[in-house]
Amino acid sequence: MTEEKVHINEVLEPILREVPDPEIPVLSILDLGVVREAILEGNKATIKITPTYSGCPAMDVIGDDIVSALAKEGYEAKVDLILAPAWSTNWITERGRKALEDYGIAAPLEESADKKALLGEEKIVKCPQCKSTNTHLVSQFGSTACKALFKCDNCEEPFDYFKCLI
Amino acid sequence: MNNNFIKYLYGIADNSLILGQRLGELTGHAPSLEVDIALTNISLDLFGQVRSYFQYAAQLSEGDITEDDLAFLRTEREYLNVLLVEQPNTDFAYTIARQFLFDHFHMLLMTEMQKSKDETLVAIAKKSIKEVSYHKRFSSDWIKRLGDGTEESKQRIQKVVNDLWRFTDELFHTTEADEAMIKEGIAVDVKMLKEVYYKNVNEILETATLEVPELKYFQKGGKEGIHSEHMGFLLNDMQYMQRTYPGMKW
Repeated sequence: MTEEKVHINEVLEPILREVPDPEIPVLSILDLGVVREAILEGNKATIKITPTYSGCPAMDVIGDDIVSALAKEGYEAKVDLILAPAWSTNWITERGRKALEDYGIAAPLEESADKKALLGEEKIVKCPQCKSTNTHLVSQFGSTACKALFKCDNCEEPFDYFKCLI
Repeated sequence: MNNNFIKYLYGIADNSLILGQRLGELTGHAPSLEVDIALTNISLDLFGQVRSYFQYAAQLSEGDITEDDLAFLRTEREYLNVLLVEQPNTDFAYTIARQFLFDHFHMLLMTEMQKSKDETLVAIAKKSIKEVSYHKRFSSDWIKRLGDGTEESKQRIQKVVNDLWRFTDELFHTTEADEAMIKEGIAVDVKMLKEVYYKNVNEILETATLEVPELKYFQKGGKEGIHSEHMGFLLNDMQYMQRTYPGMKW
């Protein structure tokens, strides 16, 4: 796994931590890894965010949410969307992965395991409900661009799997 | 040079825009819920990529041009997409074969675009290629499933592959603007992708127990702005809102 150094101003950090991903509300945008930089000069904050997928409709909402969360604390925020380097699921933090699992979304596997899972070659995606790996792929595309749809053959529950993106 | 660059961007972006629109037409109409979600997800990815190109093209253009103007307010001849992507959905076989023939090209294009001298194009390519590899996997799987499926599915997908094959050669056609940008080291020389494209596509067709069409005559025109009869209807649908309520925003 690659560790990306991200500079987040320590005064802004707790405020940004409270901004959730609009489609996965248990996940803070910091734990999702979309905030690439947060700088504070006086009361002016500049935040750089990067999309998970190009067409992710949540990006505009995330930008607006950041501006209003910071405005509440008296900061004037400018949000820039950057494309490089491209977002990777490796940027989801441990805390983020746990939040996903608790919410009922299976966290991404590492790349080669992910390929096997999405091609239906191996039963390795763990059901977030009953923790069984007796699961099967229903569709490579799920309720949002970043997820695939699985079903557990043990507890019979359908669930989302967050696709690996490297 | 700027003008050529903008035209080059239109060429790439319009392919994704028009194909995205075609897939969007299927929202709520695909044969099964899973396929419906997959096709509209692909459409969303393509539209996301289009936004990146058009925001960049708008920046490079003179005057107060926005990404919406570029997407919705050009005339038919100003769209520079290939003929393949504007072909109608017709039935599931058409939708899948069109996607398959485009995805394999798109994948090669995004791979090569990462070597461009233009940083923004490199960034877009690095982002998009991750999405396109999912698209390619989806459409290739369906080609195999339909080709190696029942007699009925095999015969129908074969007919469509034969029918759409005449549009594949245009993918490797270059316009004057393309050539100028290739010289600058910015554009991908798509002529160089042809051989590996047909090799990859043919391999999948063979796995799908389908025959590779043999064709001497190919159609082109879209890249020069000369479109098939389907394009006007598509644009009519796509541009209706912006033309009826100019400047409308979400």
